Amino acid sequence: MKAIKQTGLILFLIGLALFIGTIFTGSFNLTQAELDTFIQEKGYKSELIKTELAKGVVTNENLNIFEFSSKVINAIETSNKHYNTLIAKYDAEKNWAKKGAQFQYKIFGKPHSLTFTLAKKAGKGFAAEKTGLMWFLTFGLGIIGALLFIVPDVVLLGKPGIKNDGIFLSAATNRGWIGWFTFIFLVSFYILLYFYPDYIVNWVYLVEPISQFISGNSASQWFLYGFLYCVVMSVMAVRMYIKYRHNKYQILRTTSVLFFQIVFAFLIPEILVRFEKPWYDFKNAFPLDYDFFFKWNLDELISSGGFGLFILVWGVVLTIVVVPVMVYFFGKRWYCSWVCGCGGLAETLGDPYRQLSSKTLFSWKFERIIIHSVLIFVLVMTSFALYTFFSGANQIIGIKTQTIQDIYGFLIGAIFAGVIGTGFYPIFGNRVWCRFGCPLAAYLGFIQRFKSRFRITTNGGQCISCGNCSTYCEQGIDVRAYAQKGENIVRSSCVGCGVCSAVCPRGVLKLENGPEAGRINPTEILLGNDIDLISLVNKK
Amino acid sequence: MNHIVIIGNGISGVTAARHIRKNSDQKITIISAETKYFFSRTALMYVYMGHLTFEHTQPYEDWFWEKNRIDLKEGFVNTIHTDEKTLELRSGEKFAYDNLIIATGSKPNKFGWPGQDLDGVMGMYHKQDLENLEKYAPNKETCKRAVIVGGGLIGIELAEMLRSRDIPVTFLVRENSFWNGVLPTQESEMINEHIKDHHIDLRLGTNLKEIKSDKNGRVKSIIIEETGEEIFCNVVGLTAGVTPNIDFIKDSGIAFGRGVKVNHFLETNIKNVYAIGDCAEQHEAIGQRRNIEAVWYTGRMMGETVAQTLCGNKTEYKPGHWFNSAKFLDIEYQTYGWVFNERSKKENDVYFQWRHPKDYKCITISFDKNSHQFIGINTFGIRMRHEIFDQWLTENKSIEYVLEYLADANFDPEFYKLHEAEILTKFNSENNTNIQLKKKSWKRIFSKA
Repeated sequence: MKAIKQTGLILFLIGLALFIGTIFTGSFNLTQAELDTFIQEKGYKSELIKTELAKGVVTNENLNIFEFSSKVINAIETSNKHYNTLIAKYDAEKNWAKKGAQFQYKIFGKPHSLTFTLAKKAGKGFAAEKTGLMWFLTFGLGIIGALLFIVPDVVLLGKPGIKNDGIFLSAATNRGWIGWFTFIFLVSFYILLYFYPDYIVNWVYLVEPISQFISGNSASQWFLYGFLYCVVMSVMAVRMYIKYRHNKYQILRTTSVLFFQIVFAFLIPEILVRFEKPWYDFKNAFPLDYDFFFKWNLDELISSGGFGLFILVWGVVLTIVVVPVMVYFFGKRWYCSWVCGCGGLAETLGDPYRQLSSKTLFSWKFERIIIHSVLIFVLVMTSFALYTFFSGANQIIGIKTQTIQDIYGFLIGAIFAGVIGTGFYPIFGNRVWCRFGCPLAAYLGFIQRFKSRFRITTNGGQCISCGNCSTYCEQGIDVRAYAQKGENIVRSSCVGCGVCSAVCPRGVLKLENGPEAGRINPTEILLGNDIDLISLVNKK
Repeated sequence: MNHIVIIGNGISGVTAARHIRKNSDQKITIISAETKYFFSRTALMYVYMGHLTFEHTQPYEDWFWEKNRIDLKEGFVNTIHTDEKTLELRSGEKFAYDNLIIATGSKPNKFGWPGQDLDGVMGMYHKQDLENLEKYAPNKETCKRAVIVGGGLIGIELAEMLRSRDIPVTFLVRENSFWNGVLPTQESEMINEHIKDHHIDLRLGTNLKEIKSDKNGRVKSIIIEETGEEIFCNVVGLTAGVTPNIDFIKDSGIAFGRGVKVNHFLETNIKNVYAIGDCAEQHEAIGQRRNIEAVWYTGRMMGETVAQTLCGNKTEYKPGHWFNSAKFLDIEYQTYGWVFNERSKKENDVYFQWRHPKDYKCITISFDKNSHQFIGINTFGIRMRHEIFDQWLTENKSIEYVLEYLADANFDPEFYKLHEAEILTKFNSENNTNIQLKKKSWKRIFSKA
């Protein structure tokens, strides 16, 4: 069994190495005809970009993706610089007509995204041509290796039950060298994905046939991300099923997040695209889905006829009615631990890191400031977006809606949710985004704290203050602080993962939805002592 | 200002300090030799197993003590001068007190076995024991086998700890079935099976004769009393119960038996000196409880009680209905009310028992055969609600009532398979009754709130 496990680890590492290595393979160049088509598609009017690009990438030379990218970006910069100089010149001459005429020649958009689009047409080599084989050697080996590593635990872990042996003795799960390497890998991955998609174009080739099969479209880096997300969640869900095979709550919850990720976040949106409908994830509620009320999205929905309108109405109803009503009955767990994609990744890929979240009072204060700031930020941004949509004005009190949207997208959407939110799993625990950043979680938290039937019940006086609950709380709640006082846990940040209850050796904690009366029960003396004393002290 | 000195920073002493602070402004000093900060002793096992770090076992952050003006003093109390109300530390430092609380807990029993002080012989009680275990049993290469002597709760925990690092364990249990001085046979036997599932070499009805030394004064082997068999090992864990840790009071004039003698107000024979927790021994037992109770929550409750007294609200220690819990490897155990084993149960006590055909789950309910009054329940692998059983015990419910409303008492996580129906069917068929299970009702469960 141990040999199988080790073989699995080796296969996984080979797969991972090949996956990383794939980035550096292949050659990128274009024929003049291909370039012309691209420029025509894009509608570039600059003659300069044509010649500069032709000089750079219409070649028989074997450019790797980095060389290719730098040549394309150079061409764009040269072209833009030229027209900027002209603009400055005509500006100085006060020749407004000529100045205005130059803007149409400028190339807008993120250079690395443009390069990605062009590179997608220009690639040759293993990933682009022997896609099936390369898919097997990267994704395939990774999946097989990981499963071989995980499945023997059915036997190796022994009898069903809580198996947290060695977690704080392992370099992978206690911020050891493996943890730091994982951290570097994840952070690099997200930086490439969000800011340098052209560098990972070879990875996108690997999933091209799958994208063609599902949506009929060419794969983007976001398709790659969606596919990878599903793969990682599925494999790590197997790990959850084995680790918590005695715990039906965990099994059902894992199945639920997996289902919503694969069907709602991945398949349905892609299939919608196949039928020329807008790409939409029906479970992704505003304000987590922060661009829902952006002008471009509203315009697209309204122009997509009845179906677009349905999405529009559903999106609004989801946030204003469905989400709060469900939180009232079941707590925010119904979303955060049963449905949400971010939560889904955190509960599968992130489960080995849950014990790393900080439980200090300081981090709780920090958390409340940051998460509520993000909520305010998203609401302000959305008011701007709606104002722009209805009034047509693209700025309010001198602040451009677009600028705010760009800042949010960069700081919160990419850096916070992606790079920090997932990249920092091995360092700060698996719910960094959900705990400190997610504006939807902040909104659900208010309802959970003030108007909900959900609580974690503390079982009388059975607590022995061992600290397993607090340690394994991914949201950094000091569960023990409540349990040892006999108090129920009613906290806005609780996502109801149920692990505190699972790891408790004395059966002290139970997640449940009951009457609101008595849900919050501050006690000073625990059950067990003489009744008079309890009532005497608690009445004071 | 009144100065309250507490000796011992375990759950009893710390609870007393916290509640005194809540209710008054008196000066509080806690003296401890073991660690500076309070930690949960019951969680030490998880540190060795890698579930937690030592810091996780500390329920309060380090700033807590200063913020609450609870002075922490590291030191070992040598003598108490009750006449002049001072105490002297080993370092020679003297402390004056107005009120003194002795909360020094227990220490592991040693029964004079030859070799019991060799290197590699240890209890599993103090933080220092944990450090010792890391030294002598860091892995299965250094510790090729460990022998545990004493089949109680700490013994099985130590076995679980060592097994988490794949160290072979021989477990010597004096009784002919695990913990059957407390548990009824059904449950004791189930735990026997489970111990063996974990590849622990369980030796029932077996006593230790002596521990043998190698030439460096380290453990080499042990000899079994009954058979003379020699078992080679690198570590011996002595887990044959605990005794109050009170050697330092012996010349102070404070009355003691096995523990510090106290009345129901937790007062000793000397004015202004109190004793709480494991080290306190009641003159007269309270209900069916033992005179010395080495249980986490009784320490806590005595701390709460003595704090009331010291804050001007003289309060008698009146623990409510007995309850407890533990975990035997993977099996959780809870008990509410009294369930004695077959030998110690009262004449009129009878059992109703149920065991799951496959899983390690079972219950024993003890009730009076004449009045059918419910006396207590043991559950294994099923969690129960403390509040509900406490209420039923107070209201002297009958076994029929308890079974009828058993669903209200279940505390297992959501979606777990429930067994109330099977349990009821068995009772009905054994007793020719026709009790129908009532559906769980939030209204009844939270009626007290």
